[in-house]
Amino acid sequence: MYEELSASRTRRTVTATARLLRALHLDGMLLAALAAVSCFGMFVLWSAAGDNTALWFNQLVRLGIGFTVMIALARVPDHVFRMLSPAGYAAGVALLIVVAIAGDVGKGAQRWLDLGVVRFQPSEILKLAVPMMCAWYLHQRPLPPAPRDVVIVLAIIVVPVLLIAEQPDLGTALLVAAAGLIVLVMGGLSWAFIAGGVALMGAAVPLVWHFLHDYQRQRVLTLLDPQSDALGAGYHIIQSQIAIGSGGVFGKGWTNGTQAQLEFLPERSTDFIFAVIGEELGLLGLVALLAGYLFIIGRGLFMATQCRDAFARLVGGSIALTFFVYAFVNAGMVTGLLPVVGVPLPLVSYGGTSFVTLMAGFGILMSLYSSRKLVG
Amino acid sequence: MRRVRIKDDALEQRVFLQRAMIAAGIVAALVLLISGRAFWLQVLQHAHYVELSQGNRARIEPLPPNRGILYDRAGRVVAENTPAYQLEIVRERAGDLDQALARLGRFGLLEPEDVPRVRRLVLSRRSFEAVPIALQLDDEEVARYAVHRHELPGVFLETRMARHYPYGPVGAHALGYVGTISEDDLERVDRERYFGTGVIGKTGIERAYEDELLGVGGYREVLVNAEGRPVEALNGAESQLRTVAPTAGRDLRLTLDIELQRVAEEAFAGRRGGVVAVDPDNGDVLVFASLPSFDPNGFARGISRSGYVALTENPDQPLFNRVLRGTYPPGSTIKPLMALAGLEYDVIKPADSVYCAGSYSLPGSRHRYREPKRGGTHGPVDMHRAVMKSCDVYFYRLANTLGIQRIHDSMARMGFGQPTGIDILGERGGIMPSPDWKKGAFARREQQVWFPGETVIVGIGQGYWTATLLQLAKATALLGTRGQPYQPRLVRALVDPATGNVEERKPRPLPGIELTRAENWEIIVDAMVAVTTGGTAARAARGATYSIAGKTGTAQVFSVGQTEKYDEKEVAERLRDHALFVAFAPAESPRLAVAVLVENGGFGSSAAAPIARAIFDAYLLPKAE
Repeated sequence: MYEELSASRTRRTVTATARLLRALHLDGMLLAALAAVSCFGMFVLWSAAGDNTALWFNQLVRLGIGFTVMIALARVPDHVFRMLSPAGYAAGVALLIVVAIAGDVGKGAQRWLDLGVVRFQPSEILKLAVPMMCAWYLHQRPLPPAPRDVVIVLAIIVVPVLLIAEQPDLGTALLVAAAGLIVLVMGGLSWAFIAGGVALMGAAVPLVWHFLHDYQRQRVLTLLDPQSDALGAGYHIIQSQIAIGSGGVFGKGWTNGTQAQLEFLPERSTDFIFAVIGEELGLLGLVALLAGYLFIIGRGLFMATQCRDAFARLVGGSIALTFFVYAFVNAGMVTGLLPVVGVPLPLVSYGGTSFVTLMAGFGILMSLYSSRKLVG
Repeated sequence: MRRVRIKDDALEQRVFLQRAMIAAGIVAALVLLISGRAFWLQVLQHAHYVELSQGNRARIEPLPPNRGILYDRAGRVVAENTPAYQLEIVRERAGDLDQALARLGRFGLLEPEDVPRVRRLVLSRRSFEAVPIALQLDDEEVARYAVHRHELPGVFLETRMARHYPYGPVGAHALGYVGTISEDDLERVDRERYFGTGVIGKTGIERAYEDELLGVGGYREVLVNAEGRPVEALNGAESQLRTVAPTAGRDLRLTLDIELQRVAEEAFAGRRGGVVAVDPDNGDVLVFASLPSFDPNGFARGISRSGYVALTENPDQPLFNRVLRGTYPPGSTIKPLMALAGLEYDVIKPADSVYCAGSYSLPGSRHRYREPKRGGTHGPVDMHRAVMKSCDVYFYRLANTLGIQRIHDSMARMGFGQPTGIDILGERGGIMPSPDWKKGAFARREQQVWFPGETVIVGIGQGYWTATLLQLAKATALLGTRGQPYQPRLVRALVDPATGNVEERKPRPLPGIELTRAENWEIIVDAMVAVTTGGTAARAARGATYSIAGKTGTAQVFSVGQTEKYDEKEVAERLRDHALFVAFAPAESPRLAVAVLVENGGFGSSAAAPIARAIFDAYLLPKAE
């Protein structure tokens, strides 16, 4: 009798939670995975930040902002996103132009727009605005896209990407380009196009090389031979590999990483936090994090396939897969598979704007998903 | 026949699903790749990396490059590198930084008020970098360090090349100085280039030519044990350790003549002011003195907070570069240029006579512009006499006839109102006033009207007009060459010490001034020669074996009332007029043009002209040896 009562209470609590989630248009599984990875991130950041507890609390505040933004956006009806896509895109590109003309130069690159109260990077907006614009354009047309539509979508992608690359912010430019191209591929871009594009990119390597800044070239060269620049760019790669490798299967223990705690590892709370996980929590920590990412991406893709129209599917797919690009580029860079590009580890690295942008993307995904069954 | 395609949602959904599955496959593959890489690093290569991280490992030790040496025009060394003991701290080996700094303070190796600055500095650099905290230790400090060494983990005494200025304060404002790299410096430079380098050019040539002087750092790898102490390499491990030699920065050959500079500075005899001497034929700056000066070795040694405050709070402002950044009313020194403008615009003839009755009033106004000459009047004066006797009434009238716009245009062509472009940073341009300038310079733009009275005082180099000594020297040299100006410069050549390669810097001629009548140059130069033979500067030029073309001037510090008399003795020293003198010699074919200012020196003839004379004598007369 007593047990029955408590069981039904549990059931009631479960159904009440489900009802609340549905009312908020949130997806329980995705929310749980995001929360779990974020908590894991805060756990690691505490160690990576060392004495700097202010940094940790800053990130906690941003976590709050990120989840709030996600919950707020999840409640916005899906057609609003569709309607606002062109305007958002236009505004983002306009802001990029403003930055190019009047932006603040921070660390030698022109990225920031100072609005007096807040400074922000307009390129963050484009991470969402570009795929949404591409999807908006494609959803009105029959898919797979006709060659003419492909060209127009490519133009939509190229304009902001060039503006961002010019700042210069190669990392963000790559992410924005990836977000747009994913929409195109998910929309059914023919394999011939894709193969041609890959071939073209291969051919364009010398050309791109020509336009890279010296420090960017250095990073690519450094990947091939880290010892060639042991003081500069190579230092990051050498130290992060030592950190990961010395961690072993079980790691040296939380807050016990010598590489991280003795400050051999640069940027350990931001771009190179993946190495801190590898050193302190070992292979198990890395695999756990990667599993969390896989779950988020898988769930996101599944939600996208369930959406009712092409716009929602394409945006949803792009959000889920761009998240993966983040994770892969960062992990690849820290483990020495890819050149050093300033891309943070999603949900874990210290840093405000990119975290909020990611959560905004998941908010949009949840909104699109929750509208799926309303029309027969 | 064109096939019309319509949207087929079922097809689109199928395509999307197919693509999503492919994407999921790729994602899974790439995650496996990352995991595989982690497995390789953490399982297969684990032992190797553990050794690197815990056991003996190579620590990178920077080899800082030698900074370029500065030579004066005669090849004398004016800035060099000498070995000195330097105290350095490595944050990651020092334990608690605050305690380490406190201990240094207790042992008398760091002043307590410097602790916050040093702390910020150490924190702003990477934890494994050696950050210099005291640059040139004396024997006593070295001994104190030796005694307390065991109590100071992470603090090292290193022999480093330190900057030394053998002439001390002589020419300090031109040479500038190096000092410890501050946080602000790190914002604007590439940190990697300063790995192992503790100092950076802060002002003057040291700052402007920083990129050339710095050189490229090298490094060497040393084996250290787990505590970070260097250990001897075993069984041939040295061969694996790399050494990359540093490349020294380029040496500079300056245009300065340090001995002439010393003569000029000594001629000031403790007064404040500045002097520039240039070679009219190429813009070489031979003398660049701002007084009082300071000892740049203090900065190179790592000046303490209290030493710096003493310099900044000194009322004589020794750190203020009067030559580069001081803007003063040029006073009567510009009268020859005004006369030239009058001739060029053809508003006056050399022989036209003006009657000087001691004051000038604009038509229809009762305001009297006074003639400061004792005794009141010059009587009838023509152009020659007006320059020679520095008659204000003549130039009040001329200015009114020319009008402000024509004055502005001709003076702007001579370089007033804009920086001369000398090759060090921070130069100011002064003000060459005009109605347009006045509109932009004050609030309520539309209400800013130019008054005729403002033109009148511009005619004698007062009012809104301000100029730098560099501008005056450049304009004087321009009279000397009869129309060919050069951009002043302090560096003549850059020399690569390794290869001996010399990169000569060509003189930079500026657009020349073509007069409609070339003889106008000589009319003006003749009048300036008269200044030193029978005019206001006759006393200072007495006995010179070469001819000097000059012009005295006084720059008002405060204005005298309509009927009051200016009494030099009654006026507090700080409110006295600035004395000015510009000159070139020999007048017919000048080798040197000089502009002198003595702050609160009173009349130009008595205070400033003798300094120019001393420089001319030292430069033009054969050395008495």
